[in-house]
Amino acid sequence: MRLDRKDLLTIKDLSLDEIGLILDTAASFKEVSEKDIKKVPTLRGRTIINLFYEPSTRTRTSFEIAAKRMSSDAINISLAASSVKKGETLSDTARNLEAMRPDCIVVRHGSAGTPQMLARHLSCSVVNAGDGAHEHPTQALLDLFTVKEHKKHIKDLKIAIIGDITHSRVARSNIYAFTKLGARVTAAGPRTMLPPGLSSLGCEVTTDPREAIKNADVVMMLRIQSERQNNSAIPSAREYARVYGLDKEKLSLAAKDAIVMHPGPINRGVEITPEVADGTKSLILEQVTNGVAVRMAVFYLLLGPVREED
Amino acid sequence: MKKRLLIRGGRLIDPASGMDGIYNVYVREGRLEAIIETASDETDITSTAADLEIIEAAGLLVLPGLVDVHTHLREPGFEYKETVATGALAAAAGGFTTILTMANTLPVNDNQSVTRYIIRKAAEAGLVKILPIGAVSIGLSGQVLTEMVELKEAGCVAFSDDGISVANPAFMRQALEYAAPLGLPVITHAEDPELSCGGTMNEGTVSTVLGLKGIPVAAEDVVVARDIELAKLTGGRVHVAHVSTAGTVELIRNAKQEGVNITAEVTPHHLVFTDEALRSYDTNFKMSPPLRTADDVRAVREGLKNGTIDCVATDHAPHSTIEKDIEWSAAANGVVGLETAFSALYGLVSEGVLTLNEIVAFFTINPARAMSLAAGVLKVGSAADITLIDLDKNWTVEAETLRSRSKNSPFIGQTMKARVLKTIVDGVVIYNG
Repeated sequence: MRLDRKDLLTIKDLSLDEIGLILDTAASFKEVSEKDIKKVPTLRGRTIINLFYEPSTRTRTSFEIAAKRMSSDAINISLAASSVKKGETLSDTARNLEAMRPDCIVVRHGSAGTPQMLARHLSCSVVNAGDGAHEHPTQALLDLFTVKEHKKHIKDLKIAIIGDITHSRVARSNIYAFTKLGARVTAAGPRTMLPPGLSSLGCEVTTDPREAIKNADVVMMLRIQSERQNNSAIPSAREYARVYGLDKEKLSLAAKDAIVMHPGPINRGVEITPEVADGTKSLILEQVTNGVAVRMAVFYLLLGPVREED
Repeated sequence: MKKRLLIRGGRLIDPASGMDGIYNVYVREGRLEAIIETASDETDITSTAADLEIIEAAGLLVLPGLVDVHTHLREPGFEYKETVATGALAAAAGGFTTILTMANTLPVNDNQSVTRYIIRKAAEAGLVKILPIGAVSIGLSGQVLTEMVELKEAGCVAFSDDGISVANPAFMRQALEYAAPLGLPVITHAEDPELSCGGTMNEGTVSTVLGLKGIPVAAEDVVVARDIELAKLTGGRVHVAHVSTAGTVELIRNAKQEGVNITAEVTPHHLVFTDEALRSYDTNFKMSPPLRTADDVRAVREGLKNGTIDCVATDHAPHSTIEKDIEWSAAANGVVGLETAFSALYGLVSEGVLTLNEIVAFFTINPARAMSLAAGVLKVGSAADITLIDLDKNWTVEAETLRSRSKNSPFIGQTMKARVLKTIVDGVVIYNG
């Protein structure tokens, strides 16, 4: 079985069937990581390039481990400079990579749309590992997978996504992902962190975190990126923590069996208190584990063998 | 070359004189000698036949040479994007006979030697009439006024720091006061740099979907509001470049009703595209000001039709692939427009938004009046700058066939109506389509 597409660039453009196929496939690959010999030969001889224009530890490592557990050859390229600083166009970059005959290029870039632009020039598969504040599709897929493991279904769940929605690709991909599967998503944050027209993505929008958390089945907290705070979107981390940070008191408003998620890395004491991050409701580390399985599934479904119809 | 020219039997439209009909146009020594209704023309041309070149224009549109008050020709300094000569050829191919070129070259056109250099390059190219716009401030720094008197003497016809906004209101006031007695307008690129900081497209639903930092309409509106007040204060002439928002249209309409000395232009791309065009992250839709929403497009169209906005100007902004074929956030702002401008506006005629006579005015007498230029009219005795257009001829915009050195057109791949067939400057055919 394969996805009938060359690239995985956004959740927005994925169909329900495609999402279902990726999640089902990930479930079968999750076992691989639990065995002593954590490797299947499925993608032997395939070459996967991780092209990261932004610093990243966990996402890059997750893609690399996923590629290696599928027996493909994974190469990491970390580039600090943008193509423009090298005097190279994106077409040049694409042609040079293509000349090495990779089967898949995993791209992370600080500028939204770059994976799309590269994919237009490349005949190999492109997987978006996060582009600016646009999308981070594999993060949303692993979040869906994690919630589904715990809740068995997504439909009719109430999901709260809280934090800096404006700068969050994770928020956008998750709003699309969860609403597509029938969940009700409420995005919350200070007005300065809620972009215009956000509800057009399919979610409710509020500046009151309590309203979002009330009866929520899933509370998803976003990282407050201190390097972005020079535009004074919030007066202080202190006030943010008090008003929007997830603590035991706010979490008590959620459904009894609510789960807490965070795409990481967490700012302890800012968007989430240590006791909640480390508490029994927190699935933050499970998300990381599931990330490998979901990325294995994505590689398999883009690059793997096409199953013969019987 | 023959000394006389007869353009016979075309449909002449000259909004300045209100003429619209089938005329024979006689040109002698670079000037319009006579304009006579074809049906009643009894001129005996046999006696001068050896000296007379005849252009059969039946079925064609005969217009005053088009005028573009806003182009970037990139020379000196960025000749790999465009030179005065390649820009002049692109202008000729678009039917333009007079174009104004902005000051943001390298070095900046902030002193008379650069002005004279551009004028010399234009003379060497020998195609269309190129009139330089001098900078408002030395180095576009917004801090020290240019020597405007000398720039005017050297040939500058307006002042602008276009490309960036004059940020300091007190400096803008001085620029308007100093320029006022010279009778030349100050062209304002209205964009509050703090409000637009880091933004790469219109702020709204589409920027939220695309994850790009937006530029709010207020970034333009607050500067237009400021410059209207400064025009009142100083009596200076303000011309608003590339109007993109509904708010700016309303501000200018009110200002004109109050009698403020203000004119304005809109680009073809702000008349036909919205920010929806950015969904594919094609950097040929990245420009400053950014493409706005359908409501803004409706407002600028209405503003143009009702006279709030005086004219159409291309903001022809050539960039090479190294500025455009890169990630969105780093890509340069701007699109080429000289060769597609008339066809783009004629598309709006086909849609019933504007009339043919209106768009001819937006490209001829209206920009000429806004900048006090002796151009954009077909009057006996005036320079024979004439453009012939075949409205029914379709053409497809292709990077390979654009005359401009740069290919960053948002119309690439589109099939358009109305093809420029001949561009005539001072009685000489400088372009054959």
